[in-house]
Amino acid sequence: MTTMAPDTGSYEAVFDAAVAADERIEPRDWMPDAYRASLVRQIAQHAHSEIIGMQPEANWITRAPSLRRKAILMAKVQDEAGHGLYLYSAAETLGTSRDELLDKLHSGRQKYSSIFNYPTLTWADVGAIGWLVDGAAITNQVPLCRCSYGPYARAMVRVCKEESFHQRQGYELLLTLSRGTEAQHAMAQDAVDRWWWPSLMMFGPPDGESAHSAQSMAWKIKRHSNDELRQRFVDICVPQAESLGLTLPDPDLRWNEERGHHDFGPIDWAEFHEVLRGNGPCNDQRITRRRQAHEDGAWVREAAAAYAGKHRDTQGEAGA
Amino acid sequence: MKQAPTPVPPAAGAVPTAAALALGDDALVLSHRLAEWAGNAPVLEEEVALTNIALDLLGQARFLLSLAGDEDELAYLREERAFRNVQLVEQPNGDFAHTIARQLFFSTYQELLFGQLAAGDGPFAPLAGKAVKEVAYHRDHAEHWTLRLGDGTEESHRRTQTALDALWRYTGELFEPVEGLEVDVTALRDGWLTLITKTVRQATLELPTGPQAGAWTAGAGRQGLHTEPFGRMLAEMQHLHRSHPGASW
Ligand SMILES: [Fe+2]
Ligand SMILES: [Fe+2]
Repeated sequence: MTTMAPDTGSYEAVFDAAVAADERIEPRDWMPDAYRASLVRQIAQHAHSEIIGMQPEANWITRAPSLRRKAILMAKVQDEAGHGLYLYSAAETLGTSRDELLDKLHSGRQKYSSIFNYPTLTWADVGAIGWLVDGAAITNQVPLCRCSYGPYARAMVRVCKEESFHQRQGYELLLTLSRGTEAQHAMAQDAVDRWWWPSLMMFGPPDGESAHSAQSMAWKIKRHSNDELRQRFVDICVPQAESLGLTLPDPDLRWNEERGHHDFGPIDWAEFHEVLRGNGPCNDQRITRRRQAHEDGAWVREAAAAYAGKHRDTQGEAGA
Repeated sequence: MKQAPTPVPPAAGAVPTAAALALGDDALVLSHRLAEWAGNAPVLEEEVALTNIALDLLGQARFLLSLAGDEDELAYLREERAFRNVQLVEQPNGDFAHTIARQLFFSTYQELLFGQLAAGDGPFAPLAGKAVKEVAYHRDHAEHWTLRLGDGTEESHRRTQTALDALWRYTGELFEPVEGLEVDVTALRDGWLTLITKTVRQATLELPTGPQAGAWTAGAGRQGLHTEPFGRMLAEMQHLHRSHPGASW
């Protein structure tokens, strides 16, 4: 799209037409301030989720029970750091620096996905996160590959490819446990019991109560409603749980012939809001750890900047 | 996602097990230490870089341990006294300067060692040929950070000098002969010292003046004598595997 229109009204008309025609909005294109702000908010929250999400899984790297699993888990946690990098870069195309966003994360002014405020208590949690949390993330993110903002859509294409690896690895980890010893099977079931409901909450509040949904849908940042995506996820998971030989902890879960979907029981939104307010099991721990890492690394970043300053003329690829 | 290296394994019986264990344990233990950084690195780019190095080393470890036996049995069921790694790699991460100094010392050694092994036709030549390229990147990464930290701020300079000095006494062990490993140890030591001296000076730092070995350091790790933090590292690494005897994962 072009930026040749003579006044804001015409700019807006060009923007609206581009969105309506499913064209991509690019960084140099004119866009409404509210569109930009909404994208920054969403991309930042997504980027923060990637890097906070490293913590619950990194929690098990040093205890991974086989070298093969250790390699897979390390590569996964590394992928999440990479996703953080792509996403902070996408936010930078909207004029917001990584430092600024990290600052907002550290001071609690921006959020990350509440799912990471739950603890990883056993090795099976690594599998449950891969299967359910990465699985829910994919369901949420595949439509974002067609998001109206070009850099975000392109970042999501790369991210989704890797997330689907993670989902399969998590499933395979759980399958191995489920078919393993009695203790391993119990460990897998316990993890699914704890992660199922929080995973359903990852799709956000019900459609009627979602603060940003309608406008995001109109701008084609979002393509499907929270409840639609949640239903899609449940329908995907039910047969997979069966193949795993594990039970989903919902007595109301059953196929509804008429709707062509699974019915499921009520979600505990009180818990969701409580965790969102900061009272989840790990909210303090996650953010404290993140701040600590950032503060501990301050002297390293300062050194890299000082070195780059001293060697600006002579330096080739040695910059930080 | 990166894959473990898959060079052609040498014919059965041709592998000196002691040497495979020594090199495999070095890689396994340093990989573990680097992986402890996950989620704690000073910048996001270093989360990726440190994990890259850790994954390369884990790949080397898996290949080498598999030459000596079952990789998981060796990693998870041996006691501390049976590990053959040098003490340098088991040293705790400390601050970022310590991690970089440890990496500089070790990857410079490993690159020269694998260079020699790759040039020969011994049982480790195929692995060394592939790994030497990975290790060149590890050394490059550590060198660049040594320059930035040494020639960065006053604080980073001080921290890096402290780290080099503290780890210096563990470097002598790198040049103790390993049974079954055909290398020119003198050339290894000289090459290492030349490269380290050059990087340290360029980083405006001083080459440590203390001995490269203390009582119970030179050669001790290769004999199964380790430092206290290593037992805790193994306790954490092995506990889950050991809690479920015979289970597969
Ligand atoms: Fe991710
Ligand atoms: Fe993921």
